[in-house]
Amino acid sequence: MLLMLVASLIGSSGAVLLKLGALELKKGFWHILNTRLAAGVAVYLVSWYFFVLGIRHGELSVLYPMVSLGYVWTLLWARLFFKEAFTREKFAGLALILLGVFFVGLGSK
Amino acid sequence: MNRTATDLTRETDAAPRRPVLLVLGCTVLGAAAQIFMKFGANRLAHPGLIGMATDLPLLSGLVLYGLSTVLLVLALKDGELSLLYPVIALTYVWVTVLSLVLLHDKPNPFKLAGIAIIVIGVSVLGWRGKR
Repeated sequence: MLLMLVASLIGSSGAVLLKLGALELKKGFWHILNTRLAAGVAVYLVSWYFFVLGIRHGELSVLYPMVSLGYVWTLLWARLFFKEAFTREKFAGLALILLGVFFVGLGSK
Repeated sequence: MNRTATDLTRETDAAPRRPVLLVLGCTVLGAAAQIFMKFGANRLAHPGLIGMATDLPLLSGLVLYGLSTVLLVLALKDGELSLLYPVIALTYVWVTVLSLVLLHDKPNPFKLAGIAIIVIGVSVLGWRGKR
């Protein structure tokens, strides 16, 4: 369970790096090879390792929502680093998504 | 509010159409990746980096994840991170549907309710962009 929490935190920082790297693409598609994206992918690989270790042992009903916590972290990082607005739609949509993922996990026993 | 055709193609909204479509593609590839990875993780005899690096289903899953990441990056170029990232939860919907169809999983009320709620949640997220 702790593994998944770690994976979600690492994964969300990967998302921030991907967004940073994606902005480089505004200069042209081949700017897809840039250090920020590479760092983002490296961070994802680390979170992927924790994820695989996590799904080997543990209840999916708990593990799935833990990974989805990454969406919550990402909402915070996006506000902090990219000045993206908090909106009612984002909070409501995210709450529903977390609830839905929890149910999918319950049904995956 | 009156919207003309040019308004619809102008990508100034928080959720312009192209990034959302790219993220949708990203979730489909991500779902395929997860099914490969689950298959690989289940049969993994020796956990650890070497065991993982030599397991074909795990590697295929990883390649699909790579492709889905490229789509995500292209989407993030023009879209908001906080809006596009949670859309990735649609992956659960495709995984559940694919498991029902391909692996003949028994449908159960929790899963069906869960994927319905996720779809509603993603629609709520996209509300502003579709207006």
